[in-house]
Amino acid sequence: MEKEITLKINGEEYTQKVEPRTLLIHFIRENASLTGSHIGCDTSSCGACTILIDGKSAKSCTILAIQAQGKEITTVEGLATTEGVHPIQEGFKENHGLHCGFCTPGMMLRAVELLEKNPDPTEEEIRWGISGNLCRCTGYNNIVKAIKYAGAKIRGAELPSTEPVFVE
Amino acid sequence: MIPASFDYSAPSTLKEALNLLKDIGDEAKILAGGHSLIPMMKLRFAEPEHLIDISNVPGLSYVNFEGDHLKIGAMAREVDLEDSKEVGEKFPIFHDVAKLIADPQVRNFGTIGGNLAHGDAANDQPAVMIALDAQVEITGLDGVRTVGIDDFFYGFYATAVQEDEILTGINIPVPTGRFGNAYHKSERKVGDYATGGVAVHVELDAEGTCTKAGIGLTNVNPTPLRASRSEEALVGAKLDDTTIESAAQYASEDCNPSSDLRGSEDYKRRIIKVLTKRMIHKALERAQ
Repeated sequence: MEKEITLKINGEEYTQKVEPRTLLIHFIRENASLTGSHIGCDTSSCGACTILIDGKSAKSCTILAIQAQGKEITTVEGLATTEGVHPIQEGFKENHGLHCGFCTPGMMLRAVELLEKNPDPTEEEIRWGISGNLCRCTGYNNIVKAIKYAGAKIRGAELPSTEPVFVE
Repeated sequence: MIPASFDYSAPSTLKEALNLLKDIGDEAKILAGGHSLIPMMKLRFAEPEHLIDISNVPGLSYVNFEGDHLKIGAMAREVDLEDSKEVGEKFPIFHDVAKLIADPQVRNFGTIGGNLAHGDAANDQPAVMIALDAQVEITGLDGVRTVGIDDFFYGFYATAVQEDEILTGINIPVPTGRFGNAYHKSERKVGDYATGGVAVHVELDAEGTCTKAGIGLTNVNPTPLRASRSEEALVGAKLDDTTIESAAQYASEDCNPSSDLRGSEDYKRRIIKVLTKRMIHKALERAQ
């Protein structure tokens, strides 16, 4: 019952035979050997498997590889270019937006679409925007800061302070 | 978790999809966004032998105001309502509900049609569609038929869509006078099903008397529920505090919640009462 599918991941074309029940996250991690996208809850709750499909953020644990036939996928491995890291990667680095890093690829891909739609989001919009991504280490303050920073970078605006935030 | 094996087709026309449905019979299941079906298949709660993916069928993704109706194609994604300014102006209730359905990634793929066709009383769009008096367009090989929302939900995961039919669109009447609508649900965390949810739509005449009311309840009955007695309490009346209080009381009495991890039956009735009150007030504010 295998079917041949063709899809692009980070610009590279993959043509492979898959069982229809193959989940997109498994195709990305196992068939394409791109292990930056993670499997956390496996129930579309945690967002660790978030990737972009034709620019839209999606949870790849709840999408069949075969549904991505003909689509363009972006994973964390596709964010940086020869020019350097993506603004969102710089934001996470400069603001210490991660601790263990497990949620980070999903957070960043989600933030890429969020900033694409609205490069100047308020804190509330950011928090609603990443409501489908869970971080279990450090909390969300530095992640929110990282996304704000990346937005400023993308807009060409003055970069916000990267000083740590202390919460009473 | 990986679903049980199944075969897969992605027809490029509606007719092809309907013929496949007819040939394969009840072992086939329509795949739209897949964000209800695939989780169920991963848990092996559903094990269809054949998925018919209708995402390649053209012309099902529209969200348009046409004449005196808002028309929503079955494959329109939740995000399409969320992002539409025009929808937000006439039906802010869709912006209320969009924000509360799962999370942004799920809304990018989950469809409005799927949300209804799944027939789950815990889904949010059914209550909204009840409040707005939607008509559901169902297509079979013999043609298109239209079913009122009150005749759409049959029972647990069962709807008016027959085995050889596909839900293809939803039509919502756009009122002409003063009207307002609102939805809210109580949830334990983002992405959770409702502990209880209430959708309210009211229409008013020039003097502020209610001429039409729609109230739908989420996850407090085996099927999405219309709070008929509450609606009757509003129609023909000025919506003062006493009227609203009694409508809310009726809703809490007429729903049938069961005690579970989200709360006891009594707690859920109280949630419904409070939310009904709040949503009538909010719909009224929006009708000014």
